[in-house]
Amino acid sequence: MLRRQSIDVPLLLTALLLSLFGLAMVFSAGQNDSPDPGLEMLWRRQFLLLGVAMSAGWVVSRASVRLIEWSAWPLYLLSIVLLLAVLVFGSGGGTARSMSGWLTVAGRRIGQPSELAKLATTLMLARVLAGQRDSIRSLLDLWKPLAVVGVPWVLVMLQPDLGTGMVFIGICFAMLFWAGVPWQLLLMLASPGISLILAFSTGVWGAWFLILVALVLWYRPYLAEGAVLIVVNLVMGVAAPILWDKLKPYQQRRFLVFIDPAYDAQGAGYNVIQSKVAIGSGGLFGKGFTLGTQKRGSFLPERQTDFIFAIVGEELGFLGVVVALALFLALFLRSTRVAARAADAFPSLVAFGLMSAWLVHVIVNIGMTLNLMPVTGIPLPFFSYGGSFLLVSWLAVAVLLRISSEGRGQPDAIGL
Amino acid sequence: MSYHPHSVLKRARVARVFLLLAFGALGGAFFRTQVLQNAEFVLVSETNRLREVPLPGARGIIYDRNGQIIAENLPGYSVSILSPTADSLRSALQSLSKIIAVDSAQQALALRRYRAAPTRPAVIFNDASFQVVSVLEERRAEFPGLIIQSTPKRFYPDGPAVAALVGYTGEISEAQLAQPRYEGYKAGQQVGKGGLELQYEERLRAREGQRFVEVDARNRVVRDNGVRPEVPPQAPQPLRTNIDLELQRFAHEYFGDSLRGAVVALDPKTGGVLALYSAPSYDINKFIGGAPFSFYEALRTDPHRPLVNRALAGTYAPASTWKLATAVLGLERGLVTMDTRMPTPCTGGYYYGRVFKCWDKKGHGDITLAQAIAKSCDVYFYQLGLRIGLTNLLAGGVKLGFNRKTGVDLPFEGTPVWFADTKYFDRKYGARGWNKSVVLSLSIGQADNAQTPISMAKFYTALATDGYAATPHVVDRPAERTRILNVTPEQLAGIKLALSDVLTRGTAAGAQIQGLTIAGKTGTAQVNGQEDNAWFVGYAPADDPKIVVAIIIEEGLHGSTAAKVATKLMEKFLKAKLTLNVVTND
Repeated sequence: MLRRQSIDVPLLLTALLLSLFGLAMVFSAGQNDSPDPGLEMLWRRQFLLLGVAMSAGWVVSRASVRLIEWSAWPLYLLSIVLLLAVLVFGSGGGTARSMSGWLTVAGRRIGQPSELAKLATTLMLARVLAGQRDSIRSLLDLWKPLAVVGVPWVLVMLQPDLGTGMVFIGICFAMLFWAGVPWQLLLMLASPGISLILAFSTGVWGAWFLILVALVLWYRPYLAEGAVLIVVNLVMGVAAPILWDKLKPYQQRRFLVFIDPAYDAQGAGYNVIQSKVAIGSGGLFGKGFTLGTQKRGSFLPERQTDFIFAIVGEELGFLGVVVALALFLALFLRSTRVAARAADAFPSLVAFGLMSAWLVHVIVNIGMTLNLMPVTGIPLPFFSYGGSFLLVSWLAVAVLLRISSEGRGQPDAIGL
Repeated sequence: MSYHPHSVLKRARVARVFLLLAFGALGGAFFRTQVLQNAEFVLVSETNRLREVPLPGARGIIYDRNGQIIAENLPGYSVSILSPTADSLRSALQSLSKIIAVDSAQQALALRRYRAAPTRPAVIFNDASFQVVSVLEERRAEFPGLIIQSTPKRFYPDGPAVAALVGYTGEISEAQLAQPRYEGYKAGQQVGKGGLELQYEERLRAREGQRFVEVDARNRVVRDNGVRPEVPPQAPQPLRTNIDLELQRFAHEYFGDSLRGAVVALDPKTGGVLALYSAPSYDINKFIGGAPFSFYEALRTDPHRPLVNRALAGTYAPASTWKLATAVLGLERGLVTMDTRMPTPCTGGYYYGRVFKCWDKKGHGDITLAQAIAKSCDVYFYQLGLRIGLTNLLAGGVKLGFNRKTGVDLPFEGTPVWFADTKYFDRKYGARGWNKSVVLSLSIGQADNAQTPISMAKFYTALATDGYAATPHVVDRPAERTRILNVTPEQLAGIKLALSDVLTRGTAAGAQIQGLTIAGKTGTAQVNGQEDNAWFVGYAPADDPKIVVAIIIEEGLHGSTAAKVATKLMEKFLKAKLTLNVVTND
């Protein structure tokens, strides 16, 4: 039972402030020169959704960590089923209209199962990792956690939703790190992906390959494992161009535009260019709440969802951005503290996993508004308009609050 | 997993460092974009939302010498549309065409204008009717980017009377935009297309202003005013001319729709152009706002060729009006005096290899040069021409300016036809295919001699004054005079007396005006395949000339017809001047 005096007030307050900040931005997104009733009404819906999400969070916060651990399996299975269903019945939305991320029943979009899958996979992964008795020395020891993440990841990538796929990978690596997997092993695990990216330049890839060989020789995994690793990296390096051709044209464009937005200034690059112009023109103090010209004139696309942070930059300026970033940083540091103070391995992993899921969203989404990250269309926690993610975010807050209240009493003992 | 507090603490520290680094990097990126690169992005965002809408200005007003308006501007409306792409313009035009008449040619034109200047509103109607404007105003909301604004339009109160003089205005062509003269002009702007409008384009040009409208991503105008201070258009200085609009009207009335010809009136002392008219004329107001192609085509294919500016570019055999040149050249060389008689009296013809006829079959008898001018005796001038000789006559014609443009400040002046030496005849007829008899025809203003009305008028400014020819100019400027007659004052006085006799007892006796002494010379030019052209070039008052008039009436049959019109024109000018003087003396 949640005792009143043990509520993690800083955590709750940060989440609440972020939600209100986000709500204000959704309101501002609706204030345009050419009135768009659809956009104008969104903040009311978001306000209601926030109420629903917080109520749901309150309910979940009553559940003990034990109950949460128990529910990991059913939730995980449910999300797999929903992800499968979505592949058959799903429909697109947002910047990714060609995808099928929405669960649609009778033409009404109910929610995005991938959001639930993030939460469920985090719980499941925490369960599996917490149950791992022996210390992990080899990639083969990782088969169970990798399978837990791999199944939903493949289903998400089939939608195809690259952004959410990235989130799963981020959660996976963060939790493996938190579970104490050696960094050498993490690097080896990541090596095929790194090879794939670096393969665009033969020289860079060659250098990376030599480093990998040195790492394998030094860390000395099983012989077969090392050999497979080398072969996989070789294949990735060679296969990259072929895989590139397999990508859909819009996916290719997103990568090319990431490298140079001017490549398709009127098309795929338009969003990023306009977002950067909105942010850059905001200056130190911004153009004033609801007064952003890039936003008002609809130059800024997807301003209520993917590019909502550009409104912060345009209307509230660098100062507004700093406040928002500081709130996020505070949330993440506090969550890390919760993870470090957790009573047990499972809640600790869950806390760190939830934090890392948010972190990937924040880095990728905000990075995207400045073209530091490719446009993948993943939302900004607490800001982007949308029910599923807001609900899941507040469930995460609730779980963190619960873990915090059940955690060890002397936070100073671990120096956070 | 190992959940020993010590190892967890270590990982938490790594995580914290990672978080701080990641957020520090993000903050740095925002600082760079928002603070360091701020100016650059502000510029882009302003360019995004602000559209410069040109505020059309009025062209300079053109006045005549008495302050009457030759060209002015009337309030009008233009309809244009701001479009982000050619496709959106096309669809906007299509929906427009459902409400108002926009034919496919107008649509194509609007698209061409858009491509020439995509950031400016593409003009659909330069001169929209009130009805179109009110219909569009009402349904403005349906057409984002639609701009209806008052646009002064050119108006010529006496359109047909001044067509040859002022030209007209029209939209600048793509070819013109490429010329250095039109540097700084933008597609869609109006430029002078002829006459004064073209000649004085730099002075008359409308100085357009700018206003800024705020648009959204779909180029919909979301805020119309107050976005940025507007720059009002500037009115150019009016253009004052030497023209007397009354004379233009008189000429237009006389020629009407049926006669062809031209009138040029000059101030002999300054060269100021008092009138310049070409018939048949047309209403230049119809060109304003884009003339229908059919109108232009009808003018172009009209057998009477109204588009040829006869006053400036119509070249006609000057006939007897040119005899004064022969007389001057004879006097200058001391070959004759005003009282010299020729060896062969006029019996209606002169034999030189064959018979060269005098226009008067009865013959003029044994007469002096003064009488020969008054009676326009061909036989006398045949002999004078022979005395001067072909080579000298050709060189003399060049000296008098008959092979050059007058240099009037109007475009498209034609060059008169006159040959400097005999090489031309060698080329035309073969070295032995011609003989000295050519000089006979030349000395009476026929054969290989074709002058424009304005070049004849210029020649007569020298006769009317002290031997100095004045360069014609429509817009006032210091007189530019060149001595072309090297005759003594006594000789010049004799010529003037003879020219007065033309009206008192000579070929134009019927054209005399009560109370006015007029001097001048008729001409009747034979033209193959049509009736004779009638010429008169003269000046008045004879003792102190204030106006030189050159007039040609195609197929006017006899110079005396032209003389009657010319003298009435002179009377009109001088009487008005008299009244004006009386008024000022009061």
